[in-house]
Amino acid sequence: MSNKIVLGYDDSEAAKSALAFAVSLAKAQGAELVIAHVLDWSPYSFLTPEEIEQRHKRRAEELKRAEDALLAPVRKSLADSGVTVSTELKYGHIAETLIDVIKESGASHLIIGRTGHSALSSRLFGSVAGTLAQAAPVPVTIVP
Amino acid sequence: MSKSIKAAALSAPLLLAATAPAMAQSVDERVNELFASSTGWFVNLIFSPFPGTSFPWIVAWLVVAATVFTIYFGLIQFRAFPHSIALVKGDYADPNDAGEVSHFQALATALSGTVGLGNIAGVAVAVGIGGPGATFWMILAGLMGMASKFTECTLGVKYRNEFEDGHVSGGPMYYMTKGFAERGLPMGKFLAVLFSVFCILGALGGGNMFQANQAHAQITNVVGQYPGWITGVVFAAVVFAVIVGGLKSIARVTEKVVPFMGIMYVAAAIVILGMNADKIGWAFGQIFEGAFTGLGIAGGMVGALIQGFKRAAFSNEAGVGSAAIAHSAVRTKEPITEGFVSLLEPFIDTVVICTMTALVIIITGQLIQDPNTGLYLLDEGASTIQTIDGNKGVALTSAAFSSAFGWFQYVLALAVILFAFSTMISWSYYGLKAWTFLFGEGQTTELVFKVIFCIFVVIGAAANLGPVIDFSDAAIFAMAVVNIIALYFLMPIVKKELNSYLSRLKSGEIKKFV
Repeated sequence: MSNKIVLGYDDSEAAKSALAFAVSLAKAQGAELVIAHVLDWSPYSFLTPEEIEQRHKRRAEELKRAEDALLAPVRKSLADSGVTVSTELKYGHIAETLIDVIKESGASHLIIGRTGHSALSSRLFGSVAGTLAQAAPVPVTIVP
Repeated sequence: MSKSIKAAALSAPLLLAATAPAMAQSVDERVNELFASSTGWFVNLIFSPFPGTSFPWIVAWLVVAATVFTIYFGLIQFRAFPHSIALVKGDYADPNDAGEVSHFQALATALSGTVGLGNIAGVAVAVGIGGPGATFWMILAGLMGMASKFTECTLGVKYRNEFEDGHVSGGPMYYMTKGFAERGLPMGKFLAVLFSVFCILGALGGGNMFQANQAHAQITNVVGQYPGWITGVVFAAVVFAVIVGGLKSIARVTEKVVPFMGIMYVAAAIVILGMNADKIGWAFGQIFEGAFTGLGIAGGMVGALIQGFKRAAFSNEAGVGSAAIAHSAVRTKEPITEGFVSLLEPFIDTVVICTMTALVIIITGQLIQDPNTGLYLLDEGASTIQTIDGNKGVALTSAAFSSAFGWFQYVLALAVILFAFSTMISWSYYGLKAWTFLFGEGQTTELVFKVIFCIFVVIGAAANLGPVIDFSDAAIFAMAVVNIIALYFLMPIVKKELNSYLSRLKSGEIKKFV
C-alpha cells in the first residue's frame, strides 16, 4: 500500500488547519504529501464571445496566481519540515478532480478542510466535503 | 467604409433628437430618405430576383454553395454527426486542457448569436407566405447549410491570429488574407477588407438596430405603446455595461438564461405537439404536399421553396462568415474539430427550433384552409395566407403558442428580448473583430467601435428605419457573397485537413480520453 496523503487545499482557514493536521500525520507515518488545489471549472458553462477570446490568457493568469499565492508559499513553508511535498494544480469539478488526483497518485488517504458554506447552498448544491466523504475511494479526514 | 462613418456622424444628432419625439420624427424621415436614396441600389442588387422570376439570386447563391460543400465533402454533415456529438460531450478533450474553452462552450456561444428572432418571427413570416410546404425546404436548406458552416469554421480556426498575450482573433478576414497568400492567390486582402466593411454594417444593422427595434415592438405588444428611445437607452446602457464596462455578471446571466429559454421554447412546442398528437401525421402530410404543390399559396411550389430557403439562410447564417468569427477562439490542436462542432449549429437552429415553430403554427390551425379543397385561403393582397386573427410574424407565433397556453405570450416576449440582447452581444463582437482588422487592435480603436455600437442600439429602438434595416440585412448577405467566394478557393485546404484527421481517427492516433 502506497504511503501518500492527498490534501485538498485552498485559501480558507479550514484548509490551513487541515494542512497542519496533514503535515503532522505525514511526519508520524513517514508519508508523502500531495497538496492539490482545484480551480472550479465546468466545460459545460456559458461564456460570452469576449470571454471565450480571452479565456486562454485568463487561464494562464489564474494558474499563475494560484501557484504564486497559494502553492509556492506552502511548498516554501514546508521545505524544512522533513516531509516530501508535491503540489497539483488542476481545473475541474472540485470533488471529482480531487478523486482523480487520489487515483493518479495512488494515495491512501484524503484530508480536506470543512469549508463554511451556508446551510442553504449546501442543501441545494451539496458541499465538497460531504460529496467527498461519500464518493472518495480512500478514507477521508475532514478537518474543521 | 465611408457609409459607416457617415452613419456614425449622423447618429450623434439623432441621439439628442431622440429625447424630443416630435423632432425625432422628422429626423427619422430625413434619415429614411437619405438612406433610401443612397443605398436603395445596393439593397436592390443584393435581393434582386433572377430575370423573369421572383427567386432572389442571393438565396440561390447560398443554397448552391451549401450543395457544393455537401457534395465536395461527401455528405460530411451526416457522416460526422455522431463524432460531432462526441466532441461536444468532451469525449476527446484532454483533461490537461481543462480550463480552456471547450467545444461545448464555443458551440453554445455561437448558437446564442444565431438563435433569435429568425427562429420565432422569421419562420412565422415564411409559413405565413409560403404555407406549410416552406417548412420542408427550410429543413432541407438547414441540412445543407451544415456543410457551409463546417467549411467556414474549420478555416476560421486554422487561420486565426494568436497574439503574444494569448488572445485570439479569427474569422473570414484572416483566412482570406492568410489562406489566399498560402495558396498564392491574389485579391485576398481586397476580399478581407470588403468582408470587414460589410460585417461592420451588418453588425450595426441586422445584429443591432433590427434586434433593438423588434425587442421594442415586442415589449409594446405586451405593455402598450411608449416611446422607443426609452427601450433604446435602457438596452444601450446594458449593452454598454457589458461590452465597455466589462460587466460580466449581466453577460453571464444572459448566457445562462438564453439557452434555458431556448430549451423551454422547444419543450413548450413539444408539449403542444403532444397535445395534438393525432394531427402530427396530418401536419407532415401538409408539409410534404405543400412543398411540391404549394397548396394554393402565391407562387405555388416555387413560392414555398423561396420562403423556406430564405428563412433557413436568414436564421442559421451558414455561409455568412459570422460563425467563423465566433468559433475561432476555441482551444484545439485540430481546426477540423471545430468544423465538426459547428455543423451542429444549423441543425439545432433550423432543423430543430425553426421546425418546431412551423409545426406549432400548422398544428394549432392558425392558417385558414378552404374546407372543401384543402387549399389555403389568401388574404386580399393575395400574397399571404389568411390567419385566424390576421396575425403575422411574431404575433402569429405568439397566437399559436397562446392557443395552448394563454400565458405563453409573456414568456415569448421575454424570450424575444433576451434573444435580441444575446444576438446584439454576439454581433458587437463580430463587428469589433472586423473593425480591429481594418483599424488595428488597441483599446482606443475598440472603444470607438463599442460606443458607436451602443449609439446604434438607441437609434434602432427609437426609429422605424425601414430602409436602414433593409440596408443592414443586405450587408449581412453581402458578407455571404464575399465569404463564399473565399470558401470556394480555400475548400481544398479543408479537404486535406479532413482526410488527414479521419485517417488518424481511424488508425487510433486520435483517441478518446473517456
